[in-house]
Amino acid sequence: MTAMLNVKDLRAYYGQVQALHGLSFALNEGSLTTLLGANGAGKTTTLRAICNMVRSTGAIEFEGKPLSGRSTENVVRLGIAHVPQGRGTFTTMTVEENLQLGAITRTDKKNIVDDIERMYAHFPVLKQRYTQQAGTLSGGEQQMLAVARALMLRPRLMLLDEPSFGLAPLIVRDLFKILGKINREDKVTILVVEQNAQLALELADQAYVIETGKIVMSGNAKEIANNEDIRKSYLGY
Amino acid sequence: MELFTNQVLAGIATGAIYACMALAVVMIYQAIDHLNFAQGEMAMFSTFLSWQMMQWGVPYWGAFVLTLILSFAGGILIERLLFKPLAKAPVLTNVAGFIALYGIINSFAGLIWDFTIKQYPTPFGSSPFLGSQLISTHQAGMIGVTVLLLILLFIFFQYTRIGLAMRAAAALPESARLVGINTSWMIALGWGMAAAIGSIAGMLIAPVVFLEPNMMLGVLIYGFAAAVLGGLTSPLGAVIGGFLVGVFENLAGTYIPGVGNELKLPIALALIITVLVFKPAGLFGRPIVKRV
Repeated sequence: MTAMLNVKDLRAYYGQVQALHGLSFALNEGSLTTLLGANGAGKTTTLRAICNMVRSTGAIEFEGKPLSGRSTENVVRLGIAHVPQGRGTFTTMTVEENLQLGAITRTDKKNIVDDIERMYAHFPVLKQRYTQQAGTLSGGEQQMLAVARALMLRPRLMLLDEPSFGLAPLIVRDLFKILGKINREDKVTILVVEQNAQLALELADQAYVIETGKIVMSGNAKEIANNEDIRKSYLGY
Repeated sequence: MELFTNQVLAGIATGAIYACMALAVVMIYQAIDHLNFAQGEMAMFSTFLSWQMMQWGVPYWGAFVLTLILSFAGGILIERLLFKPLAKAPVLTNVAGFIALYGIINSFAGLIWDFTIKQYPTPFGSSPFLGSQLISTHQAGMIGVTVLLLILLFIFFQYTRIGLAMRAAAALPESARLVGINTSWMIALGWGMAAAIGSIAGMLIAPVVFLEPNMMLGVLIYGFAAAVLGGLTSPLGAVIGGFLVGVFENLAGTYIPGVGNELKLPIALALIITVLVFKPAGLFGRPIVKRV
């Protein structure tokens, strides 16, 4: 397997404050990887650095192409969809407009219509509400919409920032099931940042643990989940 | 009664121009959260360009279309050269930029075309509209063009992908970038469209107020009043605000003793302040809610 995303010695800064201290990891094509860690460990910053939304140094390569120096929109156009923390829903627009925005950079107009139907098949609740303003959806529905919007790009890689945040456990399970399905059936490589380590490790096949801006642990998700020492000292369950 | 109808119709006609200016103001406000104080001067300069072309023998509609294109390009150029570098600057820096732009365009127009007033033609004629004495064909034309413009803008923003992308960039720039929209160019496009819309307002009002470098000053203040009244975040609100301000101005000038023509402008200013005090988001604007 070849690494699809290669991150080397990533350092990120908010003004004078350094948030990442030389972080390195790699994602295999087709994998479902989770990045775990406590609040403030640098998980969100890592995702934002990949999309050049925060000042950073180090090398990030996606399918052999360096990402540094590209604007956020040009990183996205390479096929990297990012579902940000807080979902980034266009709340004043309709559900369908949100989905169309996900595909705004695509030129294959005919397939976009089919893809919207595919999203409605993945997330039937969105079909019931397609003319509704996205801001009126519940938190879980908005998270589904955010995932669907990201998929409309037909991404090669999808980055998800705490998709479980603020959702009821049952809804999180549903959502994670769908993520697994998307990973297997649509061959989308997924990197999901989570605080909910238990659930994320069930879903993922690969895991990294991050602490104060550094990777402190990596390996097979099942092994990490079964290792009581790691669980107790880093994951807190 | 005839006086009343007459004043209302005349108000709607001038309101159409305020509506165009307000639309231009809203376009830029949506994109960069600032009021463009130089909007009127940009419109005036465009109008002079069209006048110059007509002096050189270009027919009216040819000059009209060419001016639209030049204004669109000019608006983009101003954004790229002047306001893109100021994008992250504080509000006051931007205000200084707008005032500088105002002064520069005004002086340049005066330098090139001097400050004497000039006649400007109307393509609609100035005979009574449909034989009625109430409004002239030019006034009817102003209303017609504004309504057509609003319909075209509505179609553009609701049913085209680029319109959708512009709305997304204005609503949530960060999310827009995350779906791959080049928000910086969306802002430039907004400037181009605002400049083109402003040029329409200038070319339509020039036959009424005559062409000279300060012709748009009053119009812009009414345009601001219209935009504030309708809500700075709503294009439809801006147009309705424009018509309301036009009608209100005319009725106040006719019926409130002592107002007359001289005190019409303070009425617009009073309107701005009243709306800002009692309904800061305007009639159709989205209230600004901040999570704390």
